[in-house]
Amino acid sequence: MTFEKFVFYLFAAILVYAATMVITRRNPVHSALFLVLAFFASAGIWLLAEAEFLAIVLILVYVGAVMVLFLFVVMMLDIDLATLRAGFINYMPVGALMALVMAIEIFLVVGPGNFGLDKMPAPAARPASYNNTEDLGSVLYTIYMYQFEVAAVILLVGIIAAIGLTMRKRPETKYQNPSLQVRVKKADRLRVIKMDAED
Amino acid sequence: MKMLSDYIKSLAMLELLKGLGVTGGYMFKKKFTVQYPEEKAPISPRFRGLHALRRYENGEERCIACKLCEATCPAAAITIEVAPPRADGSRRTSRYDIDLFKCIFCGYCQEACPVDAIVETPIYEYHFENRQDAVMTKAKLLAHGDTHEAALADCIRADGKYR
Amino acid sequence: MESLITLWEWLGQNLIVLQILIKIVVIVAPLMLCVAYFTYAERKLIGYMQVRIGPNRVGPKGWLQPIADAVKLMFKEIVIPTKANKVLFLIAPLLTLGPALAAWAVFPFSEGLVLADLNAGLLYILALTSIGVYGVIIAGWASNSKYAFLGAMRSAAQIVAYEIAMGFALVGVLVAAGSLNLGEIVRAQQSEAGIFGWFWLPLFPLFLIYFISGVAETNRAPFDVAEGESEIVAGFHVEYSGMPFAVFFLGEYANMILISALTALLFLGGWLSPLPASWVDGVFLLGDGIHWVFLKTAFAGFFFLWFRATFPRYRYDQIMRLGWKVFIPITIVWILVVGIMVVYRFAWFS
Repeated sequence: MTFEKFVFYLFAAILVYAATMVITRRNPVHSALFLVLAFFASAGIWLLAEAEFLAIVLILVYVGAVMVLFLFVVMMLDIDLATLRAGFINYMPVGALMALVMAIEIFLVVGPGNFGLDKMPAPAARPASYNNTEDLGSVLYTIYMYQFEVAAVILLVGIIAAIGLTMRKRPETKYQNPSLQVRVKKADRLRVIKMDAED
Repeated sequence: MKMLSDYIKSLAMLELLKGLGVTGGYMFKKKFTVQYPEEKAPISPRFRGLHALRRYENGEERCIACKLCEATCPAAAITIEVAPPRADGSRRTSRYDIDLFKCIFCGYCQEACPVDAIVETPIYEYHFENRQDAVMTKAKLLAHGDTHEAALADCIRADGKYR
Repeated sequence: MESLITLWEWLGQNLIVLQILIKIVVIVAPLMLCVAYFTYAERKLIGYMQVRIGPNRVGPKGWLQPIADAVKLMFKEIVIPTKANKVLFLIAPLLTLGPALAAWAVFPFSEGLVLADLNAGLLYILALTSIGVYGVIIAGWASNSKYAFLGAMRSAAQIVAYEIAMGFALVGVLVAAGSLNLGEIVRAQQSEAGIFGWFWLPLFPLFLIYFISGVAETNRAPFDVAEGESEIVAGFHVEYSGMPFAVFFLGEYANMILISALTALLFLGGWLSPLPASWVDGVFLLGDGIHWVFLKTAFAGFFFLWFRATFPRYRYDQIMRLGWKVFIPITIVWILVVGIMVVYRFAWFS
């Protein structure tokens, strides 16, 4: 077993372990933290596959931003596990069926039929100075320009929708407007008066 | 127009830079820190430090157990017990305790004293290693007065003309 | 000397792991020393700005003060709150210190003097600084204390908000340099104009925003609401004592040094001399060299301390306003400006 293989199996083991923990731990905060570990392990595997841009972006976006917000929400919630687990047996057959269908679908899409070594030969070895960030950028902004822009627009719509759903003005609540408060100058509030001393 | 100039001012962070200028300037000012154990700040002759009981020049203790200090003490830190009258008919204390945990060093006791017996000395460097040591007994107060009589006399003389 | 070099080459061929370990120690050990003496510099400088003289008792002029502090913290008891989550409670400090140290792997100290010459160095550093927030969040949650939790929430929201502004500022740098490699970014700043050829001038708004966001990211004054003593005692690390607390402390200061060093690298020309190369080439200490990196880092670090000595703490909603409503729009506009400057080969980018 080469060193590379060893590292791959190490990361793969961590990934499978962490992913199992995500769905089996009772404490949702632990689940979220194991998901973070899973992201790290998959980033490691991508690094092995010489996809360093994707690996780093996975950590930057999913670990650095998305999971932080997840943790934020999960830590704030007081989840009552008893009520959540009440219907577990009833939903079990449906859930198992869905899982089976999903597994078959995944196998059909990324199984050996489509991703075998004969279909996807190992990429040629690159020199050490090779940088796939530039390649990705040039492909993304030329061939896949429209798809990229459509994705951007969908995200924008998502942002606007989220803001539209959550922002509501409550007339009975009093707000402070920090912008106005910050904009105040000394001259607006303070008047220095020169006057003679009274006796 | 005014709004625009205000915007530019706030983006240029003029007020913050002014603040930085002030602290930056003070960095090069002369420092006045007193290096305490080696250097000491001068203290007033009225300084109210650790207590002491004084004696007359002939060695007789001044305190006559009038209990004015006990009565005036706002923290109720003083406890006095009167001894049975002596052969010459004079009144003296058998017990004179000051609880330093209660004492607030207000100096009312020395103001109240008709014979200048209880005084607060300029001594402020002292410590206890046990809780019970914080109670200044009569013996400790007298001994403290004896060791620092010269310093006390200087303070009283220096402050005398303002009284 | 000769035999040392041969030994080093032999290590590189046969025991590369050991060679890399030695390199890591050579970077991390002085860094830890810098962190220790940064705390000393902080106390001295803030003292001077408050017309005091700061620590001067331990050793000559107080030089041994940081060592005394370290020894004190080492011998203190480690208190773990009864209902705290023990594992997470103890992992959290390491999660703040780890990324702050790991980021130095791609830091070029001088031409070719770098542990790992990563092509995506800038992204690597962004990713590592973004996972530093986990230490804070986990510490706040695992302590099982409302003050710690509130502090963690505040600082996490603040770090996430300012990370965006910081990321955008870095996008400006990489547009200007045309590379994600930190060494390439420094080389792109080399010109006959010396100090005026560095990126701080064409990217001036981004330079300011990067540095101020860095102050906010490290939870330093005036953005230290995470530990607002008057409201939430000390924020996310209230429950920590002894060595775990010391590790948090090290992490905070190591992060400050990292931000200062990155400012020096990305905007202040790294190891380049401020005088044009043709004037000083070969002149002792005036030419390019590792000492410029240290000088510039110290210069940027000085501002962290100066800010702390000067500014009162921001109110929380004002911090959020500054991050989202001021910094992010400015960075987006300036990225556009930089893009135009690069496309039309304006002065710095010809």
